[in-house]
Amino acid sequence: MASENADHAVWLRGIEKQFPGVIACAGADLRVRPGTIHALLGENGAGKTTMVNVLAGIYRPDAGEVWVNGQRRSFHSPADAIAAGVGMVYQEFRLVPTLTVAENIVLGSAPRLLRSTEIEERVAELSAAYGMAADPTRPVWQLSMGERQRVEILKSLWRNASVLVMDEPTAVLTPGEAAELGAALRAMAEGGRSVIYISHKLDQVVAFCDEATVLRQGKTVATVKDLQDVDLTSLAEMMVGSSEGGYVDRPPAVEAGPEVLSLQGVCALNDRGLPALTDINMTVHAGEIVGIVGVSGNGQKELAEVINGLRRPTEGRVTVKGRDVTGASPGDLYRMGVAYVPEDRLGVGLAPKMSVVDNAVVRSYRSQRQGMFLSISKCVKFCQSLVERFSVRVGRLNDPIAGLSGGNLQRLLLGRELAEQPSVLVAAQPSRGLDVQGVAAIQGHLVDQRAAGVGVLLISEDLDELLALSDRLIVMFEGRIMGEYGPDVTPRTILGSAMAGKAPK
Amino acid sequence: MSEAAIVGLFVATVQFGTLVFLAALGELIAERAGVLNLGVEGMMTMGAVSGFMVGLETGSPWAAFIAAAAVGALVGGLHALVSVVLGADQVVSGLALTIGGLGLAAYVGRNVVGERPETKFTDLGIVGLADIPWFGDIFFNQPPVVYVAVLLGLAVWFVLTRTRWGLALRAVGESAPTTDAVGHSVMALRSGAVMVGGAFAGAGGAFLSLYMAPGWTEGMVAGRGWIAVALVIFGAWRPGRLALGALLFGFTLALQPRLQSFDIEFLGVDVNRISPALLGILPFVLTVVVLVIISWRFRHRPSPAPAALGLPYRREER
Repeated sequence: MASENADHAVWLRGIEKQFPGVIACAGADLRVRPGTIHALLGENGAGKTTMVNVLAGIYRPDAGEVWVNGQRRSFHSPADAIAAGVGMVYQEFRLVPTLTVAENIVLGSAPRLLRSTEIEERVAELSAAYGMAADPTRPVWQLSMGERQRVEILKSLWRNASVLVMDEPTAVLTPGEAAELGAALRAMAEGGRSVIYISHKLDQVVAFCDEATVLRQGKTVATVKDLQDVDLTSLAEMMVGSSEGGYVDRPPAVEAGPEVLSLQGVCALNDRGLPALTDINMTVHAGEIVGIVGVSGNGQKELAEVINGLRRPTEGRVTVKGRDVTGASPGDLYRMGVAYVPEDRLGVGLAPKMSVVDNAVVRSYRSQRQGMFLSISKCVKFCQSLVERFSVRVGRLNDPIAGLSGGNLQRLLLGRELAEQPSVLVAAQPSRGLDVQGVAAIQGHLVDQRAAGVGVLLISEDLDELLALSDRLIVMFEGRIMGEYGPDVTPRTILGSAMAGKAPK
Repeated sequence: MSEAAIVGLFVATVQFGTLVFLAALGELIAERAGVLNLGVEGMMTMGAVSGFMVGLETGSPWAAFIAAAAVGALVGGLHALVSVVLGADQVVSGLALTIGGLGLAAYVGRNVVGERPETKFTDLGIVGLADIPWFGDIFFNQPPVVYVAVLLGLAVWFVLTRTRWGLALRAVGESAPTTDAVGHSVMALRSGAVMVGGAFAGAGGAFLSLYMAPGWTEGMVAGRGWIAVALVIFGAWRPGRLALGALLFGFTLALQPRLQSFDIEFLGVDVNRISPALLGILPFVLTVVVLVIISWRFRHRPSPAPAALGLPYRREER
């Protein structure tokens, strides 16, 4: 047993981990050989982050084994994982902005007495040894994202990590910085260390990595021994897979009604102030479902926010039923008939600590009044009607909504948004993370809305769902529209366009 | 105005400054670790009553001073338990500490109200310097607690900037997940900081009841704990600026009771006609002014306030 495991730098075996209402890992495996760069692939919610958090000692698995460098480990804290040689570089950097580069690097393993010049010299030596330039005396808040990432890697090297985990490392990098990162990781692998590389950017995965493990719904569904042997599209197919049932039948095609939503030349920035949307032109008609295809992080979130007034476009026009609504507030847009089911249900969609009733009426409270006051009985009645219409399983209506399961949260959220007959519905990842029944229920409601004449914009990473439901498909890549397809397009065509950014002929 | 009155004013300035400096230095430690403790007033009051009682019992001001620090640390430990270990709201817990501390001190000290202590700290004439006119009395002929406070200030500055604990403490006040991820115990760092902070506040209270106003009466801390909380902001969370601010705030505190005996004109106003109550709000007005200046000057870079101040931390939150 031990000799077999000695071949692996990391072996995560049968990892199970459950969070309230969500099964993050259901017996997933990951084996990484020493001296290799190993890609960990999967859609959002497939369990990648949970797996590496188990390896980093952040989460304790409900079941499963963790082996590092041939030894079975049981991590009780990040400190244990660090001591075992695991270095983690999170997507959100774990750096203290007000401390200097050197202070950040030695934090946690600093000598008792700090002599700044001495520490700075040692950090400078380290960064020179690995060819990763970083001025040790500068405070981290002054650094670019690429520099911060170098500091994170140096932090792990300072602790002599034998396994380096990189979570979406190139998301914040310029293309030049990404290439530099690839070279640095290769140098580390050649020095005998292993790298676990999590990314959605398959072209970079193929360029940087040796092997790959693909996760889907918390399980390992494929391992690739040599990434040079596979093409991007088949890799993408492994990630997306075909989910086990739960999809409603394709609705019969109907005549699309008048235009209810249109975007003309819309550009917008992301939270970091970088371009997220470039020249977006699209229309949604009454009684159709328009699906947005794309790997997440390609502008979908910003698109949904622009339409719902949460993000101001820097250029272009948004119209709803022919009226210019560019820059209107989310409240105004809701009153004009734009409903929104956001991707982050408990963060943006619902207020976790407020009751089921309060969450149900936050949109339509104006209709639940008695004179100038809210009528509690009207609110409760309204909430009950939603609960019945959308078959939400709840305990007491006055309990905090955070106690509901994912599927019931989503049913209530969708019900609330649909309660006042909108004409446009923007649904972002509405069925993600739900069980088969939940998926079918949500998709059924979307189809019903289409039949009722609502224009639905469906943003999803589940290609099967999009193909099953959409009347038209729009592919987004790096904030641009790559193409538009009818409902009979083949998955391979779509994937080629969405994953690799190839425009259709 | 007599020369003696002016010297007296500045002697009192240094002493009041020491009082708020001790408490504020403790609060600075806690806040740099990311824990807001609004219980300073309560911890000082508990320190004042317990220090006074131990002083009565033992006759040793040093034993009393150390006992008060220990009580302050214990009361601070309560705040640490509730807000750091159990993750409750720091504002609520801190306010409860102030209200509860005042009440508990009144109960504990009900039998010693009005008693006179037999001993108190004697002024420490530093050889050769105490005799300098004016400055000798103001700076070199003060009770030992003043010099202890100066040494503690230097020690806190040194620990914060020159040791691994200080680095970890500053880091945990900026980002608990980061500090956790590199293997420091967030709970130990924060609890320790809050308890040390409590000890400083308790010691400050004892300085009041053993030296500045020997004796015990209910409510004798009289809002100086709140001034200490304001002083941390005024000092922009740095020990050096804290010391300067302490002297300034100490001056307003020293001036308050003396104001009406001063027969001078300042900017065309008879100083003795200014209400002392107006002077009492000056530290808070100055603090607000400093807050405005800070938010303006630091609009393009991280504020000097610890970024994680007031945020509880739990590891497995998703």
